[in-house]
Amino acid sequence: MAKEFVEHILNQNRRRFLSKLSLGLGSVALGSLLVPDLFSGLGAEEAGLPPGIPHFAPKAQRVIYLFQNGAPSQLESFDYKPKLREMWGQELPASVRMGQRLTGMTSGQASFPLVGSFVDFKQYGQSGAWVSDLFPYTSKIVDDLCIVKSMYTEAINHDPALTFFQTGAQQGNRPSMGAWLSYGLGSENKNLPAFTVLLSRGKGVGQGVYSKLWTNGFLDSIHQGVQFSKGEEPVLYLNDQDGLNKAERRKMLDNLAAVNQLSYEEMGDPEINAKIQQYEMAYRMQTAIPEVTDVSKEPDDIIKMYGPDCLVPGTYAANCLLARKLSENGVRFVQLYHQGWDQHGNLPGDMRKQAMDVDQASAALITDLKQRGLLDETLVIWGGEFGRTNYSQGVLTKDNYGRDHHPRCFSIWMAGGGIKPGVYGESDDFGYNIVKNPVHVHDFQATVLNQLGLDHEKLIYKHLGRRYRLTDVSGKVVRDIIA
Amino acid sequence: MQRLGYIFLVVFGLAGALYSCNPFAKSGEAAVSMPDSVSYNFDIRPILSDKCYACHGPDANKREAGLRLDKADEAYKALKENPGAHALVAGKPELSEVFLRISTKDSSQMMPPPNSNLKLLPHEIDLIEKWIKQGAKYEKHWSFVAPKTPAIPVVENKEWPKNEIDYFILQKQEQKGLEPNPEADKERLLKRVSLDLTGLPPTLNMMNGFMADNSPKAYEKVVDQLLKSPAYGEKMALHWLDVARYADSHGYQDDNYRSQWPWRDWVIHAYNENLPYDKFITWQIAGDLLPNSTKEQLLATGFNRNHKITEEGGVIDEEYRVEYVTDRTNTFGKALLGVTLECAHCHDHKYDPFSQKEYYQMFSFFNNVKEVGFESLVGGPETWAKKPKMEITNEDVKSILKFVNKPDTTNLIVSVMGDNTDSVRKTYILKRGVYDNHGDQVQPGVPVAILPFSNKYPKNRLGLAEWATDKRNPLTSRVFVNQVWQEFFGKGIVKTSGDFGMQGELPSHPALLDWLASDFMSHGWDTKRLVKQIVTSATYRQSAVITKDKLAADPDNILLARSPRYRIKAEFIKDLVLSSSGLLNKTIGGPSVKPYQPAGLWEAAASTGGSLGILGSYKQAHGAGLYRRGMYTFIKRTVPPPSMGIFDASNRDQCEVKRQSTNTPLQALAMMNDPMVLEAARVLAARLQQEKSTGEEKINKAFHLIICRTPGQKESALLTDLYNWRLQGITPQKAAKLLAVGEYPIPKNIDKVKLAALMQVIVNIYNLEETITKT
Repeated sequence: MAKEFVEHILNQNRRRFLSKLSLGLGSVALGSLLVPDLFSGLGAEEAGLPPGIPHFAPKAQRVIYLFQNGAPSQLESFDYKPKLREMWGQELPASVRMGQRLTGMTSGQASFPLVGSFVDFKQYGQSGAWVSDLFPYTSKIVDDLCIVKSMYTEAINHDPALTFFQTGAQQGNRPSMGAWLSYGLGSENKNLPAFTVLLSRGKGVGQGVYSKLWTNGFLDSIHQGVQFSKGEEPVLYLNDQDGLNKAERRKMLDNLAAVNQLSYEEMGDPEINAKIQQYEMAYRMQTAIPEVTDVSKEPDDIIKMYGPDCLVPGTYAANCLLARKLSENGVRFVQLYHQGWDQHGNLPGDMRKQAMDVDQASAALITDLKQRGLLDETLVIWGGEFGRTNYSQGVLTKDNYGRDHHPRCFSIWMAGGGIKPGVYGESDDFGYNIVKNPVHVHDFQATVLNQLGLDHEKLIYKHLGRRYRLTDVSGKVVRDIIA
Repeated sequence: MQRLGYIFLVVFGLAGALYSCNPFAKSGEAAVSMPDSVSYNFDIRPILSDKCYACHGPDANKREAGLRLDKADEAYKALKENPGAHALVAGKPELSEVFLRISTKDSSQMMPPPNSNLKLLPHEIDLIEKWIKQGAKYEKHWSFVAPKTPAIPVVENKEWPKNEIDYFILQKQEQKGLEPNPEADKERLLKRVSLDLTGLPPTLNMMNGFMADNSPKAYEKVVDQLLKSPAYGEKMALHWLDVARYADSHGYQDDNYRSQWPWRDWVIHAYNENLPYDKFITWQIAGDLLPNSTKEQLLATGFNRNHKITEEGGVIDEEYRVEYVTDRTNTFGKALLGVTLECAHCHDHKYDPFSQKEYYQMFSFFNNVKEVGFESLVGGPETWAKKPKMEITNEDVKSILKFVNKPDTTNLIVSVMGDNTDSVRKTYILKRGVYDNHGDQVQPGVPVAILPFSNKYPKNRLGLAEWATDKRNPLTSRVFVNQVWQEFFGKGIVKTSGDFGMQGELPSHPALLDWLASDFMSHGWDTKRLVKQIVTSATYRQSAVITKDKLAADPDNILLARSPRYRIKAEFIKDLVLSSSGLLNKTIGGPSVKPYQPAGLWEAAASTGGSLGILGSYKQAHGAGLYRRGMYTFIKRTVPPPSMGIFDASNRDQCEVKRQSTNTPLQALAMMNDPMVLEAARVLAARLQQEKSTGEEKINKAFHLIICRTPGQKESALLTDLYNWRLQGITPQKAAKLLAVGEYPIPKNIDKVKLAALMQVIVNIYNLEETITKT
């Protein structure tokens, strides 16, 4: 372990050293702008951050988080519960519910009829994991996945639950996971932001997203997630005007730097130089981002693997492909949100459409990373903010039902990044309570940080007198799922 | 192991050398000198608080070994677990367990324990040792003792000071062997004070007038003129909008519209009328409870309803109602008292002497509002404010609420405060902060460590306001003058303007802070007077030139031997660009506006299925709405305006008393390509092109309007070169493309190639560092 760690540090510094040399002396100051907190000498000290980052040798270098926004039902995806079919229409026993609070949407319901999955499940792979027929592509790669069937959370509504998953607190404008990683590890690529956000929307009903989910909170705003959007301009204000070509922009910037330099000579403020450097960085982003977002050079077999939607910007498939490209170019944290998973009603129809949107491309991303040798160092996460109830919301009919929010038990999967494939945790026969190996949201977050070489109790930032961390005041690394 | 250590040293040494600024320079222990007389408040308490109180402080539930180090009598007692020993023995470090445990090498005995991830520096251990030797005397935390008016310090340089502020500043400089910078040149000084007092650059007329006025009163005259400008109220209001987490949407999921802007108009009005600060906050906290309360006073209470309110179906009502009360309580603590009261929400405060019980006593003041957690789903105009709410009639805006810029005759409602009158909602301690986990019932009260709640105050919000504005309250005045100071100098005298508690930074000039705070109270909480004192001081008027020596001696400019230089706030960037180009629409107040914004942002984030309300898609303004001041840009909380967020504007999620000030490549991209900037450059270019002057004269004038000084010869030459180069490179086709930005019309019969060339030069001027810098 110790040897591994030292080698890692040496490698990292060698890489840094080489990249510095190749860019010349001017880039030295720039480097400290990109990894500001740890090397400016301010953040590290003030935050009480120990100098030894990473805290131990990381398994993963990067994260791609495929957030299924709205909360897909575990009971129609990965948590197979034949008993719910057997007991179709019967009342949820009080002994199972055990006082679980209900949302305002079903608290007025007179009865809570159990409902089994409308779709069949089969076992796949060496692990024999159960996967529903809604996810045929995912079922083919189950042996690359660690399916956690025992996730639980504290929140019961979307906004607080999403915020909890992303920032470790239900309320409070705290930094999101990607911002913490940007802060702790910086960027691997000088021309791309360390933390990027991609949005897509399925055909199902669902709530929106909120920019506070990718906020830097009290961290420096360089750690805020940069949203990449579909269309001509992937990053806000990236494109120069029509009529201004690259060479002309270069000359404009040279002129700008020359005038700024005069101001520096007069005022002596180092911030003026920092500003000049930021314009250089912006200029390099103008080249780097169109390159990384251009999928036109992807070979046919890749396009085929992700599915034809991957050529339609703004779809989940296109975002998965873009996520791979960003990640392989060193973006530390790529956060996707796919909206539309809130099946309070019409679950059978809506869930089928939602699954169609994401199944092929999610599996393709894993396969693609694997064949490039990147899966080992990239942690991919798939899941929503909570689970869904085992009883029907609204009227239960022979072929239609809905499911309400359920915080007590749900499923997600992780792949790569040193996570051990398999199935972890178990829920009871009703898919309502966890009976084995519960994983709290903070445990999950602690585990993600751990894979990146960060101790969740040491990655802290002192703000208004308190040392904050992603996992608030709890969280244990789930050692059992680490390879 | 030793070998490993060596490798580490090499590795980190190398990494350190690679980064031009020495990464850990700040930790340089050797640089810290040992004071002759160790002060508890300034030297010791910060260490104990940061490294010890979490386990040996105010929080009874987390206290280890029954030992409490934040109170003298407790720390001197015999140890519970070892009655023969004492944590502190005055004068005898060798008998004091505190010293023995922090200095031991035995990791099983060591404090703080290694697994806490906390560590004392050798210098800190030395300080504690010396403090014990000198008698281990405790003092009350400085900020919990009411300020007294300190004597004006004696200084050597009698010529420099212009008012009291300067004596305090100069005294510290002289102690460190520094001298103040000379006064800034008139042009830069005018830009600085104009931006600081109005958020707008000076107009050409003002610049010419000031330059021509050689009287000794010239500066004061211009200050008075700026203080009278209605833009003063807008400038001052912006900070308060952050404090009050003001926004134009309800926040949370679905995030539909709210019509809270009349409250914002009131804030501007209150600053322009120079409503004394004690009244300013009393009306906001308890305007509805004042005897014969007016509609204006009721509107002011919108302050406590600016928090987010959910419209998500299926929430548990009480959970959110409690959240709103929590938000008000926390905001009161941070905004007005400058303390982190919210830390006592789940447990006793870990550092400051605030118990969880006291938190809920404070909470109870805000817990009697006639409100629910969930009032309605996204809906029509009746949902744009939530009960309790007030209606602003067309009659009101003609009489008592003249300052509300109501653009039409439709119904206008605002969320305001109003308590239950027939019964009082009971308040309980909420265990672990969980909304339905009731502990003991509590009565209204305050943290007694700040100031006990006198019997003469009514036990409601009005009483709370009286308590806050009581001259014996040690925090209210200090916290506000510090926030005002921060507006002018970039950072407060207490740098952590939201935390005056044990974990906050100590004031850089404690006597000055106390002088300002008591002077402010004894002169009727007169905000304009305070502002004028600051901007007319010699301290404020210094030049911002940074010499190498001063940079080395005081890199963070704590001693203010030069004027600080920093980027202006996001909203004022827009104001500067619009104002200098002549596009600015100076209308004050009214509903917020939706200027240019990259397409698709609101749409991509909107919910599907349910009702979207009126904010599902972004409906950009046309005409005047495009050119309003930045503070009127519509804030939809879940998707705040990007051009503001990129420059560190608050997302208005929660009370914010200090913005960050960052420098990122996204800011460079926004300045280069935001249509707002490009359009302004085009419009200014067209204006100048229609004047009879040479190319160089046009450029110089643009520079003058934007940077607010005449350009130097070299600057002018470089920009003229750029112009000439662009003149040659731009074809008519290219010109048409470059000019095709923004909705403001292009004059007919204008030479488009020349226009495009001049526009590009002006774009570069807008992108200069100095443009958006207070210098």
